[in-house]
Amino acid sequence: MSHDASHPAHLAHHFDSPEQQNQSSSLGMWLFLAQEVMFFGGLFVAYAVYRFKYADAFAVASGHLSLFWGAVNTVVLICSSLTMALAVRCGQLGDKRGIIRYVVATMILASVFLGIKGLEYAHKYEDQLVPGPQFEYVPDFDSYSVPVTAETADPNFAGHVQLFYSFYFVMTGLHALHMVIGLGLMVWLIVKAAKNHFSSEYYTPVEMTGLYWHFVDIVWIFLFPLVYLVWRH
Amino acid sequence: MSSPSDHHHVMPVRTYLNVFGALLVLTVLTVVVAFFDLGPLNVAVAVTIASAKAYVVLLYFMHVRYSNRIIWLTAAAGFVWFVLMLALTLSDYATRGWLPYPEAW
Repeated sequence: MSHDASHPAHLAHHFDSPEQQNQSSSLGMWLFLAQEVMFFGGLFVAYAVYRFKYADAFAVASGHLSLFWGAVNTVVLICSSLTMALAVRCGQLGDKRGIIRYVVATMILASVFLGIKGLEYAHKYEDQLVPGPQFEYVPDFDSYSVPVTAETADPNFAGHVQLFYSFYFVMTGLHALHMVIGLGLMVWLIVKAAKNHFSSEYYTPVEMTGLYWHFVDIVWIFLFPLVYLVWRH
Repeated sequence: MSSPSDHHHVMPVRTYLNVFGALLVLTVLTVVVAFFDLGPLNVAVAVTIASAKAYVVLLYFMHVRYSNRIIWLTAAAGFVWFVLMLALTLSDYATRGWLPYPEAW
């Protein structure tokens, strides 16, 4: 216990040392993320069950998504993870301007991601592929090379395609909601950094927001192949 | 107890750039592989590549490699419980119809 002599302003009174405080924050954040794994996990498991059951419908429905924009968004999000990781590194070094610079860069990349996602959603709305009363899907056995199988010939086939889009909108929508929350956290980080709240001894909020942001990146890392790459060959 | 610098291991920028490069390469790889018809292996390869990407993000961007064991345990618990949920659920749905229903008890 080497920190008892000093009592910095950022140390809450119920902790013995800044180190103990930081470790408590880390553990709390990781427990929250483990809970988030379960939260998204339920959707991934439901997706797996229905993809197994309606393999052809999921393949055909996935083929209507834009692989180009999905791949671009994957790269944009990986870039934002890099900038966020560098923001945390600036926190470690006590570089306040660096924190602000990299957090702003992360916010710009996140906004690009959400903008592209919005355009994709709008396009799906125009194509009447948003689940609901307006949903309309007629299997085009000629131009989209939809194979005639027992499953695709099923009168409920369009319903199964709609189910894929329900998963698509709920999972990517929930992911996008997490990103919007992340953007809010980053605004808070910039305000705190501008008020000189961070130093190389205390940058826990930057570190925790970084963990959250990388988790959101990991969710997308799994969503991208499962949503966009079902049937490309 | 050790000094804060041990727990706040500062990695060189180069390490972050290498991880970033690896993530980009794996992203290109997963898209390219998707264009080959591997049958049921397509989804296995896609999930394996995604897991590899998630692993390097966890180790380096999320600093798990330099975190203490309770963090490892928490991260592993999230993964293990998810795999448990997936495996037990699919062991039901994926095996339905493998055996005929008995005609009489």
